[in-house]
Amino acid sequence: MDPTRSFQGLLLTLQRFWAERGCVVLQPYDMEVGAGTFHPATTLRALGPKPWRAAYVQPSRRPKDGRYGENPNRLQHYYQFQVILKPSPPDLQQLYLDSLKAIGVDLGLHDVRFVEDDWESPTLGAWGLGWECWCDGMEVSQFTYFQQVAGVECAPVAGELTYGLERLAMYVQGVENVYDLNFNGLDGEDRISYGDVFLQAEQEYSRHNFEHANTEMLFRHFTDAEIECKALLAAGEPAAGANQPRHELALPAYDQCIKASHIFNLLDARGVISVTERQSYILRVRELSKACGAAWLKTAGGGAI
Amino acid sequence: MPDLLLELFSEEIPARMQRKAADDLKKLVTDALVERGLVYEGAKAFATPRRLALHIAGLPVRGRDVREERKGPRVGAPDAAVQGFLKAAGLNSLDQATIVSDPKKGDSYVAIIEKPGQETVAAIAEIVPAVIRSFPWPKSMRWGKASAAGASLRWVRPLHSILCTFGAETEDTEIVPFEVDGIVSGNVTYGHRFHAPAPITVKRLEDYVASLEKAKVVLDADRRKEIILTDARNLAFAQGLDLVEDEGLLEEVAGLVEWPVVLMGSFEERFLDIPGEAIRATIRANQKCFVLRDPATGDLANRFILVSNLVASDGGVAITAGNGRVVRARLSDAAYFWQTDRGSLPDLDTFRDSAEKLGLDLAKPLDQRMAKLDKLGVVFHAKLGTQGERVQRIAALARELAPIVGADPDKAERAARLAKADLPTEMVGEFPELQGLMGRKYAELQGEDVSVAAAVEEHYKPVGPSDRVPNDPVSVAVALADKLDTLVGFWAIDEKPTGSKDPYALRRAALGVIRLVVENGVRLGLTQVANDADLLSFFHDRLKVMLRDQGARHDLVDAVLGEGASANDDLLLITRRVAALGRFLDTEDGKNLLAGYKRAANILKAEEKKDGEGAFAAAPDLHLIAEAGLIEEKALAVALAQATPKAEAAVTAEDYEGAMAALAEIRPAVDAFFDKVTVNDPDPALRANRLKLLNQLRQATRAVADFDRIAG
Repeated sequence: MDPTRSFQGLLLTLQRFWAERGCVVLQPYDMEVGAGTFHPATTLRALGPKPWRAAYVQPSRRPKDGRYGENPNRLQHYYQFQVILKPSPPDLQQLYLDSLKAIGVDLGLHDVRFVEDDWESPTLGAWGLGWECWCDGMEVSQFTYFQQVAGVECAPVAGELTYGLERLAMYVQGVENVYDLNFNGLDGEDRISYGDVFLQAEQEYSRHNFEHANTEMLFRHFTDAEIECKALLAAGEPAAGANQPRHELALPAYDQCIKASHIFNLLDARGVISVTERQSYILRVRELSKACGAAWLKTAGGGAI
Repeated sequence: MPDLLLELFSEEIPARMQRKAADDLKKLVTDALVERGLVYEGAKAFATPRRLALHIAGLPVRGRDVREERKGPRVGAPDAAVQGFLKAAGLNSLDQATIVSDPKKGDSYVAIIEKPGQETVAAIAEIVPAVIRSFPWPKSMRWGKASAAGASLRWVRPLHSILCTFGAETEDTEIVPFEVDGIVSGNVTYGHRFHAPAPITVKRLEDYVASLEKAKVVLDADRRKEIILTDARNLAFAQGLDLVEDEGLLEEVAGLVEWPVVLMGSFEERFLDIPGEAIRATIRANQKCFVLRDPATGDLANRFILVSNLVASDGGVAITAGNGRVVRARLSDAAYFWQTDRGSLPDLDTFRDSAEKLGLDLAKPLDQRMAKLDKLGVVFHAKLGTQGERVQRIAALARELAPIVGADPDKAERAARLAKADLPTEMVGEFPELQGLMGRKYAELQGEDVSVAAAVEEHYKPVGPSDRVPNDPVSVAVALADKLDTLVGFWAIDEKPTGSKDPYALRRAALGVIRLVVENGVRLGLTQVANDADLLSFFHDRLKVMLRDQGARHDLVDAVLGEGASANDDLLLITRRVAALGRFLDTEDGKNLLAGYKRAANILKAEEKKDGEGAFAAAPDLHLIAEAGLIEEKALAVALAQATPKAEAAVTAEDYEGAMAALAEIRPAVDAFFDKVTVNDPDPALRANRLKLLNQLRQATRAVADFDRIAG
């Protein structure tokens, strides 16, 4: 599949590229998330001493970015391609540039730059240093060395690459409007565009996000997720004096944290959260993610002995 | 004399940190060298996105030998004294000490400690790793395998290699050997990431700079800036356009490239409907590109200047096209904001109560935004309530101030109610620096009065000492109300500026009030609107600072304020009085009168010590003067009797020039008095009377200013 001809070709090329470099190629997490970072394969696996290399596509939802399908560049649902390498390899920048070459970016023709961008996710209690990666002035990826996740210092540090797939595809296909992207690489009647696949969804979800989402229900669901997360965290705690003090429900608890985060984003898009309340909601989600991170460190995956 | 060349090669350093990092590197390394007695002739530091470099010229090969003599106990002293001496001097036995003879004190031990000067290379090998480990980056990070351990090296981004050579100009240089967290120093660097990634072996600064240049790296940031500016101006000129110069952007862009290649891109003319400030803000903030202006109209052109880091194989066609695409996307966003902000909000009904409370017309877009701001309960400061409450207070105060500044009260109130309405707009949300300006545009579009619209923007002014002061009365009323509300509020909750800390920019607000009042000739009794003695004295302090910054004599402020500082709440009058006094003191009359005053005051002080405070407070006996006084004494009495009421009346009438003129009339009499009259006459009655006369002189000047507080 030619990565410059189709959206899926780009995606498959990236998967192959990182698979060949030792990454576990995962499928998207089956929940609504705001970014690929929320996938437990990144958030939780970034914690603890165990080496980890993974790559996956993650559909990401940002309710506020909906434009009813009218903006050629903004979507409330889009794809991120996520790579996490722990510990960060010394040639991570070069690996990244090689991946750009693989998807058809000629580095003798295009101006690729690493522009400062300190990444922070207040809801995940996470931060890192890195860059926006620019290709001819367009941000095509985020490059981050995780320093802290879920309130825990990363040791060792993981390197995270996040590719904005639609933008990259628009770039390599030379398309000005995201809905004009060729999705399947075919021509004529057989051609399927990004708009064919997603335009209606963008229109409907924009209506939902801004006008129809039932805020009363969402507030309730937020609280439910919060309560369930805490309950699971408590239930999974190792018994006092246990031989192997392992947490047994870190992953299901974290699912509830993801849920709360997405509901918060929906409420925010509906404009029903005031500025002062906003901060307290973010803190509530952060408390959940921190507790989940702490629980994860008490599991085998988190390196507990 | 040998030179040192150091390069720390890393992944991309944030542009905003490069210059300071280069300065820090220079300071830390040279300070450490000097501390070890290794002085140098010159040092220069450099930064590019991927490297910090330092060159230190004219270092010695080794430090000076140090010879120290340490006196010990006399020969045959008790063992405890000998042991103590050996320990302190670092000797193993007395064999290592020397015996010196003194004819009076006899023989005693001396330890001669000789420390050979440290090899400079060894010193550098100690200094540089220490500097790297404790480098003051504003934010630093860990990376890679080593970060599994707690105390791994931190750097701004992963550090890859260290070049460190030392040697004289004519000789081969040597590598200064050290290691920092597994990175071994060497003599290798790398060129441009894409054009010349292969290793380059380096001897010293000359070939380092030349090799880098060949490898498409301009080491010196100032040279990169020069190249960018020259090329940008030339490209603009070729199109008949002017570059909108921007030093901050230039500095940043020079920190994003090692080899600047300047190109020009364009966008559709239809985007020029968006306010120019917004176009510039988005192109600058998001794309780090410069905008261009049509010199004929002064309006922005549909072109922009971008600075790339690549000599592209197609001459930059693809790069320009790519940047153009992003700029267009950004402008589409701005156009969307511009359009959305002028339309109705979808959830209008939810802020009807706010609209009613604030007297807003929900048929108008900007009014809707203000209602929304109130409804959302956006907090201005936890202890000072919401933005909505603040706007209510500012509107009431602006209305109150309107007659004082000559503004229509309705317009002032309306402008205040819309002043913060642009905060929840899409455009200001995206570009906070456009607050006020966008509010004005939206106010104009919904047909607000010209002064009201102007005040929405200008009420933030003056922002700094060099910013323009608004002069439309409506703007002045709202600007004063905004700043006074801030000051009174923060004083009420006791969050005053302390030392260098002024997080709410209260000094700036107070200076703004002063400039608004003074430059617009506004008569405003501050205590009417801000009844707080401490705040008033804060204003007096800011006034002094302002006058001092303007090169005026701030001691004159104290002189004019005198004892009754708290009563002086009219900043305009204080300023005028200070100016009149300053002019007067520049004249011969003024200088001499001040000299005469000081003389009178000194004499009075000395004599009051003898006779007691207030001994000469009574009016002089005019009969005595008439009968026994000298002619000059009589003349002074007459002059004072005439001038004092004149000066007082003039001050009351706020005619400060007149008051000074009245004082000037006394001056010849004062001069003549001191010339001919002996104050301390042997006759106690005459003496007392003359002192009373001098006291009257003191009183006369006090009507105008406290001359004691005037320096010189």
